[in-house]
Amino acid sequence: MSIKGKAYLAGVYEHPTRDAPDKTTAQLHAESARGALADAGLSFDDVDGYFCAGDAPGFGAMSMVDYMGLKNVRHMDTTETGGSSYIVHLHHAAQAIAAGKCSVALITLAGRPRQGGGRPGGGGGGRPPVGLTDGAPEQGFESIYGGSTHNTYGMCAMRHMHEYGTTSEQLAWIKVAASHHAQWNEHAFLKSVVTVEDVLNSRMIADPLHLLDCCVVTDGGGAVVVTSPEVARSLKRPLVRLIGAGEAPKLQMGGKGLDLTTSGAVWSGPAAFAEAGVTPADIKYASIYDSFTITVLMQIEDLGFCKKGEGGKFVADGNLISGVGKLPFNTDGGGLCNNHPTNRGGITKIIEAVRQLRGDAHPKVQVANCDLAIAHGTGGSLGVRHGAATAIMERES
Amino acid sequence: MSEIMTRPIPAPAVNLESKPFFDAAEEARFLIKRCNACGEAHWYPRTICPNCHSDDTVWEESAGEGVIYTYSVMYRSPTGPYALGYVTLNEGPSMMTNFVDVAPDGLAIGMKVKVKFQPTEGGPPVPVFAPV
Repeated sequence: MSIKGKAYLAGVYEHPTRDAPDKTTAQLHAESARGALADAGLSFDDVDGYFCAGDAPGFGAMSMVDYMGLKNVRHMDTTETGGSSYIVHLHHAAQAIAAGKCSVALITLAGRPRQGGGRPGGGGGGRPPVGLTDGAPEQGFESIYGGSTHNTYGMCAMRHMHEYGTTSEQLAWIKVAASHHAQWNEHAFLKSVVTVEDVLNSRMIADPLHLLDCCVVTDGGGAVVVTSPEVARSLKRPLVRLIGAGEAPKLQMGGKGLDLTTSGAVWSGPAAFAEAGVTPADIKYASIYDSFTITVLMQIEDLGFCKKGEGGKFVADGNLISGVGKLPFNTDGGGLCNNHPTNRGGITKIIEAVRQLRGDAHPKVQVANCDLAIAHGTGGSLGVRHGAATAIMERES
Repeated sequence: MSEIMTRPIPAPAVNLESKPFFDAAEEARFLIKRCNACGEAHWYPRTICPNCHSDDTVWEESAGEGVIYTYSVMYRSPTGPYALGYVTLNEGPSMMTNFVDVAPDGLAIGMKVKVKFQPTEGGPPVPVFAPV
């Protein structure tokens, strides 16, 4: 498929300032966005794809999407190639539009190198504003409070328990299931099978999350090769293809209606399932991001494997254990027991799904006739702001 | 577990958009931003309204009262346990904060809290919340 003729440049805007001592970089991004959208005759709410590079302050695309209040973004790209980034973004935006992933893509650039310091790519020997910074716009209101992954996910678990009656015992079952799988993985960081009591008796880290509710910290890596159908068929390897994908940021958006019990999976999941033409009931194996037990529980609900609020019941009593329960998950032992290389677990989620679809998982955890699998990930924190991504893969017979 | 939680807070990063907030904090005044176009208050304060995208936003003094939306007491801390959480302000928006002047087992979702300002290490004071 070509991008030729598939995308149009509907709005452009060059910010009039050449010296901005009185505005933040985030503000210049937003003002530029407003100008281009106005030129197109569109609004911020029309934007469903957002593209930025290293000049955008904060956490990938998320800080700027949050700052600008872009409520409907379902496609993000933060490809960084220096000054050419925005032409790369134009290309990628056209690909995304051609593929039906978004229909209104916003690309922004802004910075204040004349003010000194501030953003990467700044420099230029300007005037450092005394005592002022120009980093992530949320920085001065968040990082001071000692938020880490542990306690920001702890806040999600606390609220989930409050709203839905979820219990620590139910969360513990997620670790128990992961440990049952990890015992067969010779490379797993933690190979011992644990019980619900073991989890509950481990020391409290960030209320209500215990030590064993947390993932491991490991060095390591991973890689994935994606090819055209023609190349794949020439390789004499099992054919595993991607049939659906979705992504979405979930942010605080000005603090209105804050909801820490749902994740961006409520948008990325349905998009992926719709593209794949399958439902959660069809899935044979699930790789679910497991930075903490609560991460798994919320995402299982949001992907539609059970109703919202019923995740606690769903994960209990071994329902995630391969050969025992209805939804075999993280059969490598996951981030909870096996591996969480450089604190980013997304790639190991893809890898174990491919093993399952090839029939290459350990025989003790291999799902019978595994022809359809999901890999879902969360980046950032469910308790602050995060990017969700879902991929559905199938084995071609 | 009955000791009162305190936690040293580092200096906040202050930028051009947040400077009026932290200047007011030096006087123990708690400001939020409200949008004249849509009428909504928001947090953290921005020049452009995250709800309707108007730049007609103004500072407003708040009593800093609200209820605990959620919290987590962090025990993995060299300076002793502390409570991270979100408070939902009476004006509507929820904001991240620390809960102070309370024991680790003394917090609950829905509890009424009020702002106070805590000095930081070399920067302006920042808002924290204590049970009322």
